[in-house]
Amino acid sequence: MTISLMPETSSTGSLQPQGWLRYLSFSTDHKVIGLQYMVCGFIFYLIGGALAGAIRTELITPISDFLPRETYNEVLTLHGTVMIFLWIVPVVNGAFGNYLIPFYVGARDMAFPRLNAVAFWLIPPAGILLISSYFFASAAQSGWTAYPPLSTTTPATGQIIWILSVLLLGGSSIFGGINFIATILKLRRPGLNLMQLPMYCWAMLGTSILVVLSTPVLAGTLVLLSFDIIAHTGFFNPAMGGNAVVYQHLFWFYSHPAVYIMVLPAFGLVSEILPVHARKPLFGYTTMVYSILAIVFLGLIVWAHHMFTSGTPPWMRLFFTIATAFIAVPTGIKFFNWLATLWGGKLSLNTAMLFCCGFIVNFVFGGITGVALAQVPFDIHVHDTYFVVGHFHYIVYGGTVFVIFASIYHWYPKVTGRLLNEPLGQLHFWLTFVGFNLCFAPQHWLGLNGMPRRVAEYDPQFTLINQLSSAGALLMAISTLPFLINVVMSAFNGAPAGDNPWNALTPEWLTSSPPPVENWKGEPPLVHEPYGYGVAPGELSLEASSGRDLWSLGQRDQL
Amino acid sequence: MTSTHPETTQHDATEAEHGHSDHRLFGLATFLVADGMTFAGFFAAYLTFRAVNPLPAGHSYELELVLPTINTVLLLVSSFTFHRAGAALRRSNHPLCQRWLLVTALLGFSFLAGQMKEYFSLPFGLTDNLFASTFYAITGFHGLHVTLGGLMILIVWWQSREGGRISVDNQFPLEAAELYWHFVDGIWVILYGLLYLL
Amino acid sequence: MRIPASILTLLAGMALVLTGLWVGQNVNLLPAQASANAPVYDELFKVLFSIGTILFVGIVGLIVYSLARFRRRAGETGDGLAIEGNLPLEILWTAIPAVVVLFVGIYSYDIYDRMGGMTPLNDHSMHAMAGSEERTWGGISPVSLDGDPAIAPLPVDVTAMQFAFIFHYPDSDITSGELHVPVGQPVALQMKALDVIHAFWVPQFRLKQDVIPGQPTLLSFTPTRPGQYPIVCAELCGPYHGGMRSSVIVEEPESFAAWVAKNSPAASATTTAVQS
Repeated sequence: MTISLMPETSSTGSLQPQGWLRYLSFSTDHKVIGLQYMVCGFIFYLIGGALAGAIRTELITPISDFLPRETYNEVLTLHGTVMIFLWIVPVVNGAFGNYLIPFYVGARDMAFPRLNAVAFWLIPPAGILLISSYFFASAAQSGWTAYPPLSTTTPATGQIIWILSVLLLGGSSIFGGINFIATILKLRRPGLNLMQLPMYCWAMLGTSILVVLSTPVLAGTLVLLSFDIIAHTGFFNPAMGGNAVVYQHLFWFYSHPAVYIMVLPAFGLVSEILPVHARKPLFGYTTMVYSILAIVFLGLIVWAHHMFTSGTPPWMRLFFTIATAFIAVPTGIKFFNWLATLWGGKLSLNTAMLFCCGFIVNFVFGGITGVALAQVPFDIHVHDTYFVVGHFHYIVYGGTVFVIFASIYHWYPKVTGRLLNEPLGQLHFWLTFVGFNLCFAPQHWLGLNGMPRRVAEYDPQFTLINQLSSAGALLMAISTLPFLINVVMSAFNGAPAGDNPWNALTPEWLTSSPPPVENWKGEPPLVHEPYGYGVAPGELSLEASSGRDLWSLGQRDQL
Repeated sequence: MTSTHPETTQHDATEAEHGHSDHRLFGLATFLVADGMTFAGFFAAYLTFRAVNPLPAGHSYELELVLPTINTVLLLVSSFTFHRAGAALRRSNHPLCQRWLLVTALLGFSFLAGQMKEYFSLPFGLTDNLFASTFYAITGFHGLHVTLGGLMILIVWWQSREGGRISVDNQFPLEAAELYWHFVDGIWVILYGLLYLL
Repeated sequence: MRIPASILTLLAGMALVLTGLWVGQNVNLLPAQASANAPVYDELFKVLFSIGTILFVGIVGLIVYSLARFRRRAGETGDGLAIEGNLPLEILWTAIPAVVVLFVGIYSYDIYDRMGGMTPLNDHSMHAMAGSEERTWGGISPVSLDGDPAIAPLPVDVTAMQFAFIFHYPDSDITSGELHVPVGQPVALQMKALDVIHAFWVPQFRLKQDVIPGQPTLLSFTPTRPGQYPIVCAELCGPYHGGMRSSVIVEEPESFAAWVAKNSPAASATTTAVQS
């Protein structure tokens, strides 16, 4: 019996879906899974953005007049939960990690391809479950932090659905983390050792360690919380002898590392993008690695800086202040290394580079407010105010989301084989940068002067500043349009990119765009120097514009 | 297919099929670290509650020790018998392997029976006080792991028959179930120390 | 002959530091100071603001300078300099932030101590004052406030519930929806929550304390400036969280005494003592 095959069918005559249908299937190809994470995550970004739009619309006036009060609390809960668990964590880990890591270690796929597919396919149902709770029951309304007793006294259905959804998403994250650790540690191509890996691998290794160690604690905590709701136990209910602060400790033991789970991969991606467009080696490879490891270690021991007003003993608050402030040191090292990477380079001011520079500016701002927040007396005044909202949006949006955009502009040619439109990209960047800063910078002043967070109404003296912030949010929403137009149009009309439009050195650029199923035709290339750009000082600049020329020169000694 | 180096044979088989060595045990070990952290969260909560939240008057932390101690011995022995089963498989002695596996399963399910007996004989229920709730949550979560482990042992027992999927060339399913079982045993030892002895 | 780059860098650095110090001292982002520890807090804020300005302006300046000076001109195809590291430089920019961070941490510990945050809450004098042996879980103890030890702090019981703060004065048996306090006298708030977690925050006092069910909390302060200031609930407590606010009215001792007299149930048998 003969089977009629479609033109793109692989030579093995597989019955697997081909073409774009692969992206809706249980594919085990890491490149397909990476793209599934990317598109799925971006859809949830748009949903989370719409929820943010509802919040900023409510806050245009100082009274609660746009949404019913309970609905507003549902909206803000879903906004945080969707953005963290359905957009940022899946995309910087699952999308870029799955696409790039096998290339970087010289492998054909991840260590556990089927586990990879399972990890992705947990996400759409969990996300649909969470969003649908808004329509069918009332969604959770206790914030993404779900502190009891509020979370055990608001309507139970929505909270239980929220717990189930987060448990599924946490499981997905853990499966992904297991896969990344095994792939990076065990699947490296012969001849490639750990200190020759692109920095993104180290970032993902560190992140995955955090995922494996901290996410399960959140899972256990939410199980106990669900017992309190369904079985009427009193783990976190003081009226039954329980302790609400224990929940906070357990919750933040995960949720503080969660912010590093969101930001460390972004740090890794920046380390990949900057050298290529600055035509210079990444400055300080070894200290970058040690910084990542230091951030991983410190990130696990600072959680209670989210609880400075919760009645923890003074000695505990002091410890957490010092430990938190010290994270600024390895983080600062990374930023100085990136600045040194730019210094003396030949910078292409394309959209990827602009978003990276925007990231540096925004994240430094967020990091400075972070060191301030780490100090107990300072935090006492601004805890749970819009100062904190401003701070963390500078980190997750101004930081990670800017890097996600930079990475899309950088790797889109590799994934699709076509170039994105540069002028549209620049427009996207400027609209985003201006809109973002207009939205979130004023929020610091609001917090310092008396506006708490998670409110639909506020003191009327704050009206003008809130309206400015909402205008910034509108600009951010508008900025998505040139991006979407660009991504869709370029898929059909973009200029062909070729194998290596950026003349880069890392292994994904040493194959076709898009890459074949097996990643490379023939042996995976062995790249000892992923950042071997640049001419030695004193040497006249030659036409050394092809990364391949530098690569073939072999190992370069350290200066 | 006979070989003097069973590990190399399996390694070669995986190498031929996937292009790299078999890392599934490493992956499982990483997963067990994660699973262990869930228990760590529960234990931390338990210890904090004990330190900070006193029980109401008339309630105590005292527990009967006889049954749990027997259960501890059962689990420890079962880890030993599971190890024997693995050794038998490596010598391609399928009937012996299966017998050791059955003994392990028996010990595991006896543990569960003992746990059930203990639950019914306890003077407190799930919601009586904080210690009670935590006790049932932790032992229940552990019991769930034992149940899953027991089912896996039965599956491995079936697949270890002569002609089944598990053989000296494909030891992974047995090794995986064994590693999981040792993990569950180890968690119990900690649990026993913290909940019963402390 | 051009001015050496090191001199220009030095001058730029000095200008940066001076700008940062000026901004920290002169740009006021905070509301009015109405309690004894507000100036202490503001001292810390100014230091953090100065350091932050120096860092931020410095780094943004470096980026903008790099983007301008090192950008690729049209027609240029070469690479940049192949510099992979500089150990002395890296040691310098590890050591300086470590020292700054350590300094900030120790300084803020001192500030916190001056605000009264380090004093233990459960020593015997506290229990004697509270009238019970019940453990106090968090806040600031009046024992640590500077001031004439002969003046006893004014005790006020605060109950936080969805969605209001209720104030009860045990000495005069007044129950009120607003907090009245005399200027210059320490106040000790004994706080408890009835249902979910709330937080008591007065921006002008620079003080905030979560009020957690099951955890009696003690917050003390000394108001220093007459006026009316908002009390804001700063922990999500339900749909009306944004509307859960009250006022603290700081009065001269005479008007405070008059308020007490007018509202105290013992003073008049016919009027009921509620909000003034």
